[in-house]
Amino acid sequence: MLENHAKLMQFFSSTDEVIGRKRLQKMIYILKKCDIPFEERYQFHFYGPYSEELTLRVEEMCNLGFISETKEEKKNYYQYRYRLTENGREFLNHYEMDLPPLEESIKEMNGKTSRFLELVSTMLFFENLTKEEVSEKVYSVKSTQNYTDEDISDGWKFIEKLRSFH
Amino acid sequence: MAYRDERLSEEKVFKDPVHRYVHVRDRVIWDLIGTAEFQRLRRVKQLGTSYLTFHGAEHSRFNHSLGVYEIVRRIIENFKDRPNWDHEERLLCLSAALLHDLGHGPFSHSFEKVFKLDHEYFTQAILLGDTEVNQVLRKVEPEFPKKVADVINKTYPNKLVVSLISSQIDADRMDYLQRDAYFTGVSYGHFDMERILRVMRPMEDQVVVKESGMHAVEDYIMSRYQMYWQVYFHPVTRSAEVILSKILHRAKELYDKGYKFKLKPIHFLSFFAGQPTLKEYLALDESVTLYYFQMWMEEEDEVLSDLCTRFVHRRLFKYIEFNPNSQMNEWMELYKLFSKAGLNPDYYLVVDSSSDLPYDFYRPGEEGERLPIHLLQPNQELRELSRLSDIVESISGKKRTDHKLYFPLDRLEEMSNRSKTKKRIMEILYG
Repeated sequence: MLENHAKLMQFFSSTDEVIGRKRLQKMIYILKKCDIPFEERYQFHFYGPYSEELTLRVEEMCNLGFISETKEEKKNYYQYRYRLTENGREFLNHYEMDLPPLEESIKEMNGKTSRFLELVSTMLFFENLTKEEVSEKVYSVKSTQNYTDEDISDGWKFIEKLRSFH
Repeated sequence: MAYRDERLSEEKVFKDPVHRYVHVRDRVIWDLIGTAEFQRLRRVKQLGTSYLTFHGAEHSRFNHSLGVYEIVRRIIENFKDRPNWDHEERLLCLSAALLHDLGHGPFSHSFEKVFKLDHEYFTQAILLGDTEVNQVLRKVEPEFPKKVADVINKTYPNKLVVSLISSQIDADRMDYLQRDAYFTGVSYGHFDMERILRVMRPMEDQVVVKESGMHAVEDYIMSRYQMYWQVYFHPVTRSAEVILSKILHRAKELYDKGYKFKLKPIHFLSFFAGQPTLKEYLALDESVTLYYFQMWMEEEDEVLSDLCTRFVHRRLFKYIEFNPNSQMNEWMELYKLFSKAGLNPDYYLVVDSSSDLPYDFYRPGEEGERLPIHLLQPNQELRELSRLSDIVESISGKKRTDHKLYFPLDRLEEMSNRSKTKKRIMEILYG
């Protein structure tokens, strides 16, 4: 029962908090592409890979009291913070999860901007293409983000580093 | 004349209960409709198992795909000569609208979950592979299949084109809400689409709606919300979906264990093995699937036979509201009690959640999370819908989720009233 929710709670238990829904979306996608068996389905959206299923599961976990959500008003938008609650920890104790340790990867991703994570997740979305084709795709579908060759090169290094953790 | 510009000598029309008429004048569109892969969509129902709840809901993805095409055709007519709109993209938009659901398989959502498939992958495979659809598209230009695939995959550089078919207020949703409402017979899914089409405006990378059209959009958001809870997440439909999914799990489990089926499930073998080819994928439609369910009613495996009988004869599971947080201990006790009662809990005790559903309702989300609906104000500035609409703000601000526990009440009732196991199960389920 709720095994996919439990996997997500395992993710939240590996960090103090996650700031921002966009960041959360990209982090789970990137981990998925590093062979962490999250089951949420992703599609390409305006801001890169996005999972409606993940949004719904997070809402469910909030409503069940397994994670807490704090809404903060920014200048022109809202931002959300997520933390695993005590109830969530108790629920997680009922499961024997076989996910590898996620702490290092999460720490690395938390140290990057959500703009950079958008780039990395977009690159991973197209990773079945050659590196040159991936760059072309990034420039065409993310033209307004103005990513540079250096950003993309940093993206590949970052992907390599994350994959070395797992 | 180039194939892409060819017009039929006379306009063809399809009578349609939602849009009255679907108009086709382009040779390319007419040829696409005639392909085997598009005609196959007649044999895939739009609403999956909902026909077991709403008897009218037998409409197909074929109907819906024509409807989405027709809405996009009308939007493009309105966009002609407006700033930001490139009329050279017309045929691409129409083709992508028509073909956007091409890769859906039988009872799509459950099949994809159980066999770990992705209909979007198969949509791409049909567009780009050795198919009749690909042949038609290639006649337009060699790169045309790839362009259509990119629009449907939402990775086409012109995001305005993508947003016509896939956004928070797109032709896909506008068709299925109205069509599903019509065929289920409910009164929730109606809104003034003509008004919305009139106030839609093309921007550089998205479609926006003039602020004066806000109330029509509010109606659309309300109908999306109502359809979600009243039709798509109907608990009886979910019960059928739970059983369907368990049938597929059981058949796969038996296959993996080397069980000898009375009728060899030839059409399922590649699905069980996890690698269906495009040809095998296209060969399994809902007619074929239901044929196997009928045959499996006679199987010696009691679980498979029982589940198929339940699906075919509509003997669905009953349900109670369930809170996985406060009722975790009860769940664990029930799991043991069901085993003791001879009911395999992996098949007969199922928690179903709102996140198991492939539909959603409108949420504005966070900056950069996903693109919301934008209203175009008289000063040409854009504002997110829920910032201007109290109605939308109240709907989208409230997080409503749901979990239900499904089980075969009839099997429990068959147990002796003197059984302590039965007594305890009933106490937990019904208090």
